[in-house]
Amino acid sequence: MIRFVLAAALSVLAILPARAAVEIQEVTTPGGFTAWLVEENSIPFAAIEIRFMGGASLDPEGKRGAVNLMMALLEEGSGDMDAQAFAEAREELATTIRFDSSDDDVSVSLRFLTENRDASVDLLTQALTEPSFDQDALDRVREQVLSGIRSNQTDPSAIARETFYRLAWGDHPYGSRSDGTTESVMSLTRDDMFDAHARTISKDRVFVGAVGNINADELAMVLDRILGELPETGAPQAPDGTYQAPVGITTVPFETPQSVALFGHEGIARDDPDFFTAFVVNEIFGSAGFESRLMQEIRVKRGLTYGIGAYLAPRDRGALILGQVATAGERMTETIEALRAEWARIAEEGVTEEELEAAKTYLTGAYPLRFDGNATIARIMVGMQMDGLPIDYIATRNDNVNAVTLEEARRVAARIYRPEDLHIVVVGAPEGLEPGN
Amino acid sequence: MSPRIAAFCALLTVAALPARAADVTSFTLDNGMDVVVLEDHRAPVVVHMVWYRVGSADEPRGKSGIAHFLEHLMFKGTENVSPGEFSEIVAANGGTDNAFTSYDYTGYFQRVAADRLGLMMEMEADRMINLVIAPEFVDSERNVVLEERNQRTDNDPGSLLTEQRNAAQFLHHPYGMPIIGWRHEIEGLTRDDAIAFYRQHYAPNNAILIVAGDVTPEEVRTLAETHYGPIPANPAIQPRDRVDEPPHLAERRIMFSDPRISQPMVLRTYLAAERDSGAQKEAAALTLLSEVLGGSGSTSVLPRKLQFESTNSIYATAFYSGTSLDDTTFGLVNVPAPGVSLEEAEADLDRVLKEFLEDGIDDAQLERIKTQLRASLIYAEDSISGLARTYGVALTSGLTVADIEAWPEILAATTEEDILAAASRLFDLDQAVTSYFMPEVAAEVSQ
Repeated sequence: MIRFVLAAALSVLAILPARAAVEIQEVTTPGGFTAWLVEENSIPFAAIEIRFMGGASLDPEGKRGAVNLMMALLEEGSGDMDAQAFAEAREELATTIRFDSSDDDVSVSLRFLTENRDASVDLLTQALTEPSFDQDALDRVREQVLSGIRSNQTDPSAIARETFYRLAWGDHPYGSRSDGTTESVMSLTRDDMFDAHARTISKDRVFVGAVGNINADELAMVLDRILGELPETGAPQAPDGTYQAPVGITTVPFETPQSVALFGHEGIARDDPDFFTAFVVNEIFGSAGFESRLMQEIRVKRGLTYGIGAYLAPRDRGALILGQVATAGERMTETIEALRAEWARIAEEGVTEEELEAAKTYLTGAYPLRFDGNATIARIMVGMQMDGLPIDYIATRNDNVNAVTLEEARRVAARIYRPEDLHIVVVGAPEGLEPGN
Repeated sequence: MSPRIAAFCALLTVAALPARAADVTSFTLDNGMDVVVLEDHRAPVVVHMVWYRVGSADEPRGKSGIAHFLEHLMFKGTENVSPGEFSEIVAANGGTDNAFTSYDYTGYFQRVAADRLGLMMEMEADRMINLVIAPEFVDSERNVVLEERNQRTDNDPGSLLTEQRNAAQFLHHPYGMPIIGWRHEIEGLTRDDAIAFYRQHYAPNNAILIVAGDVTPEEVRTLAETHYGPIPANPAIQPRDRVDEPPHLAERRIMFSDPRISQPMVLRTYLAAERDSGAQKEAAALTLLSEVLGGSGSTSVLPRKLQFESTNSIYATAFYSGTSLDDTTFGLVNVPAPGVSLEEAEADLDRVLKEFLEDGIDDAQLERIKTQLRASLIYAEDSISGLARTYGVALTSGLTVADIEAWPEILAATTEEDILAAASRLFDLDQAVTSYFMPEVAAEVSQ
């Protein structure tokens, strides 16, 4: 889902590891593809998650929204089937096929009953490799995308997000919404759809996770069928973004009772050696539960908001640390003061021994809770591969949590929270808020 | 539903699909507390839930929002646990916890490693009888609730429309009041109001314990008897008996405009039957009717006729959830394409409904829907917390475990005739609220 890209990235991080009982095997197919598999035969179905790295950040200049629209069109006609015929075939099999896109990847989620495996795989293969991008389907789905863009223009949270990203990343694809603008989407043609398909969906950038009632040989056959006819390569990956948001506050006036603030600055990359410690520290600072410092100080003690959180948002081409809060316009100034104070306090003082121990207990204990269902585990495994984590990561993850020392936590807190760099976007009608610092 | 039209999701309630776990056990403690155990041994995890048969529709008049405010205050301390400590202990045990309130129920849950189940029960049983509510937290928590209302409702024109629409839909029944409460009444809620509501409704004989995951019924029984068993039943608890709707004699229309609306739409809801214990056929027919009209984004009647055979609409669907203690609603949505007025969009809806009643249902479509319903039973086994929730909602909506288990068969036995007959009873404009949702009020034409 395009508008929740960051939330999705976050959940992958939060979910990363697993209980020791999850046995992942690496499957290499005769066609040369690699996949991670958890065979789980208690329920007669399987879930397969396929992702192609790159995604909407490969939109050509002036064609923002092409990849998003292209992925939405894959279920709208392929081979000899139109949208209706495709949907009917899928419904007859009770198979789920979902296509989605974000700035870092395009994804295919497949779920099928064991008895319908081959027919489901054939259906997906056709949609993925022989899309027709008919003009009438393109026009119909384009109107839906434009409707979504219109709705976002009067949604304070969407405005805040769009504003922050534009300030943070400028002309880089990360600086704009991946579903495009009204102008760019209006200009998209059938040729742009074939081009977007060729740029993003190819053999050289694919990652696969599979969970359920399917064994290694069966998975290998399925993957060679789905992926075997794809082109070898697509467009070169996008360059890294350059973070460029100024320090201070940007206010976007909008008449609504509750103002929304998005705050943060440049973050820490997923492959940075300090990332893991940063993740543990941010759990203490900004996690969504009641125990985080931000929730305690701003919700529990002061009653200023229903929810506040901060999260690490490392994307492939640039990282942010971001948070969000919403409060009545007349209380936004107080909220931002409290938030700034917490941001400065953790940078200066780090965390306490007690907080670190509580976070470790929580993170290690909550570990098995993440593995909640076949499709979820398949998504986790794809995320792990795309992040370059080893297949035995799961077995060592809790040890890594427990190995974080107070000294490291303090050093990394001082590194990743930089009150002097904080940029805050406020959408709404805040009272008494001075632009700038 | 396609990701690109996610913006509309918030308005809709997904039609209730059947659900049944492979291993379900239920029993009742001596003090009247019902217990349901759903076994799933794939991971060493449990979900522990206590559902109370009380929700916003059981609030005293003038105290709207008290059920939900009490839910928040249930985290503000007992005789044994200090304010905030409940969630702290859950987190210190690697678990997550939260709570929720609806019209017919209030629920509290924790997800935690299976070997911590006894501790969760100990704490949940404690706050069933020993709630104190530290007074110094009441004002700030009321502000939190007001900000929650801001976030969920006042900042979202779609939610504001839902609130206005429900108020018009129910002339008398408390489903016409918002779960979170009207702002002016939330502002006046007190600690005494919360305590009074708590004493009146929170008791083992008004509660359902649901434990799902890596646990056996015997283990649950032993733990439940230890922790919940000693709490005495409250003899004042009576079956819920809410006011009935008077006859609806006039169509109602809502013209809702707000500058924060970018995408106009027309939405109509009809008063509709809900699932009753031992009598679920009408609700089954309505469930299938919503699937036939709107269950698929391309092959259902509304999208097929309005988005494919014509290009008048961007999106069209139907929604219905029959799991409710009292009469509920069945809804239709039509989002017109640019250049198509809301009047035309409404006329399109009426035309499609008329044609549908004349033409009947495509056999192949009904067969596909039933295939998917059968498959959903298999897929549902993959999410034990989802199943636990399905049971909780049904059991607090007047249904029994037997009703839940019979539901898939009742759906499967529902015929085209049943669905069309239910549709004919349903589509009565005197029972309906038709809402226009638009950026600004259309300028009046002067004569």
